[in-house]
Amino acid sequence: MSWNRKLDRFFVLYLPLLLTMVFTLFPFYWTINTALKHEGDIVKTPTEYIPSSITFDNFWVAWNNVGFSNYFVNSLMIAACTVFFVVIFATLVGYALSRYQFKGKSAFLLLLLCTQFVPAAMLIIPLFIIFKSLGLISNPLSLIITYTTFQLPFNSVLMNGFISGVPKQLEEAAMVDGCNRLQVIFYIVIPAVLPGLVATGVFTFIHVWNEFLFAFMLTNQEENFTLPIGLSYMMGEFNVNYGALAAGSVIALVPAILMFAYAQRYLVNGLGGAVKG
Amino acid sequence: MPNDLPLQEESNLNVHSTPRSGKGRTDYDKWIPYLFISPAIVLIVAFLFYPLGNVFYYSLQNYDASQPYYNGFAGLDNFVRIFTQDPQFFASLWVSAKWVISQVSMQLVAGTLIALLLNQTFRFRTFFRAAAFTPWAISGVLTSVMWSLMYNEHMGVINDLLLRFGLIDQKIAWLANIETVFASVIVAELWRGIPFFAITILAALQAIPEELYEASKVDGASRFKTFLYITLPHLKNTIVLTTLLRTVWEFNNVELIFNLTGGGPAHSTTTMTMYVAEQAIHANNFGYGSALTVVAFGILLAFAVVYLKVSRFEREGEE
Repeated sequence: MSWNRKLDRFFVLYLPLLLTMVFTLFPFYWTINTALKHEGDIVKTPTEYIPSSITFDNFWVAWNNVGFSNYFVNSLMIAACTVFFVVIFATLVGYALSRYQFKGKSAFLLLLLCTQFVPAAMLIIPLFIIFKSLGLISNPLSLIITYTTFQLPFNSVLMNGFISGVPKQLEEAAMVDGCNRLQVIFYIVIPAVLPGLVATGVFTFIHVWNEFLFAFMLTNQEENFTLPIGLSYMMGEFNVNYGALAAGSVIALVPAILMFAYAQRYLVNGLGGAVKG
Repeated sequence: MPNDLPLQEESNLNVHSTPRSGKGRTDYDKWIPYLFISPAIVLIVAFLFYPLGNVFYYSLQNYDASQPYYNGFAGLDNFVRIFTQDPQFFASLWVSAKWVISQVSMQLVAGTLIALLLNQTFRFRTFFRAAAFTPWAISGVLTSVMWSLMYNEHMGVINDLLLRFGLIDQKIAWLANIETVFASVIVAELWRGIPFFAITILAALQAIPEELYEASKVDGASRFKTFLYITLPHLKNTIVLTTLLRTVWEFNNVELIFNLTGGGPAHSTTTMTMYVAEQAIHANNFGYGSALTVVAFGILLAFAVVYLKVSRFEREGEE
């Protein structure tokens, strides 16, 4: 490589890549850094860029005293239930759309499309009133229902695409062998679309894990807080315990990042293309 | 969307009664699609369209949980109040406009640059791509916490770095100072928002045929000209659609501002949606909040129609 090419590659690739990485990763580093410091070291000047001594006390405080163990379980339970229902209902809708011609199909597709233009912030007031009249405020069920409803349309359209890619002959062969419709879906269709199914499940999980506004509006008891609500309240306190706050953030970060690390390869190839329309 | 895949041309499956099950199967089969979509329909109608209708209904009511004795039909009173007696409405509309325009334009430019960067060939590309996209998976609340730790006046790393480099003389309260708060919130949201554009534009870049670049290289076109005459035209539809989606999304986005500044100081970061959320959460004024929501929805809808008209978005143009 000539000197000129090297210089060119430095300015077009390495330097911008370095800047991107610093901007993207530094906030993560700083949160972990703060979470691992002793209380006194956090506010010390000069600021310590590498902690002089490491402690896990903040995690202990956040998990046991602040209640992150509880928030974590709530978030996990709500996200898992939502993913379960979304995957089942979206598979059924996707199957109906890709394998049947039925009356009202285009009206149904239009209905799915319309949902994408309804801003969530618009519905916090009426949903609060509905769930209040159902006696479901501060009940995880209200969040599971809301999230399933909002995640269903997009995931149904994705599943339609995945299932349309499975050859019909496979199903016909199974039906000749005596499988009924549900058996065909379980034994033929689902295994064939499994990678796509897992990807949509993971992205649904991340959305639900991160959701704030509905959870904030529909939850008013501390025992039912999800992680975002717990973090939000902790941030708003008069005397913020920064170490525990940072530790709580790390607790909330880890599952989202693990899920993302697994599913990110589908983003550019699959779902990214779907956003394109 | 991949719905141009082989769909049911004549749907052989419907009439594919197996020898065992006799004639009952076809009749029963006719109801299967309705059975399959029924859970989705019930949920969407009951928990999306019914509440949506309620918003329009409440907007015509006095509905204030703190003053229930005034509750009842109000006609267009709420709307009249919005446009004639509420300076906060126009102020928040202005903040929303600044917020959306700065977010979408900067996210688009930075996202495109990063997509071009990550589309090059280099070692460990998969890892760097994943790392650059990670903030996409981080919630607004978490972003708020992480950046508030860095913006903090006393222990924040940003003040420390700027002091060390001699760029400022004294510590700044980034989120409490009316002159710095808006820019600070913008930067935090950029961190989270850029990956969306980087992801979608990288996907679009990969769809551009390689031959076009080879041809322009043979013709001796500069890097800038290649981008202008080959890359950009191919990205047009993606850019139009993603910017529209993002505009709607950022207009409605409330969790970052809610947690980072609460709309303050002195309402300088109170966007339209933040104002609605305040009315709903703190003021408990559901009628007025609903009317504000209806107005916001109308503004967004008008914007979307005008935007698609002006940008002459063509679906046929896409491969």
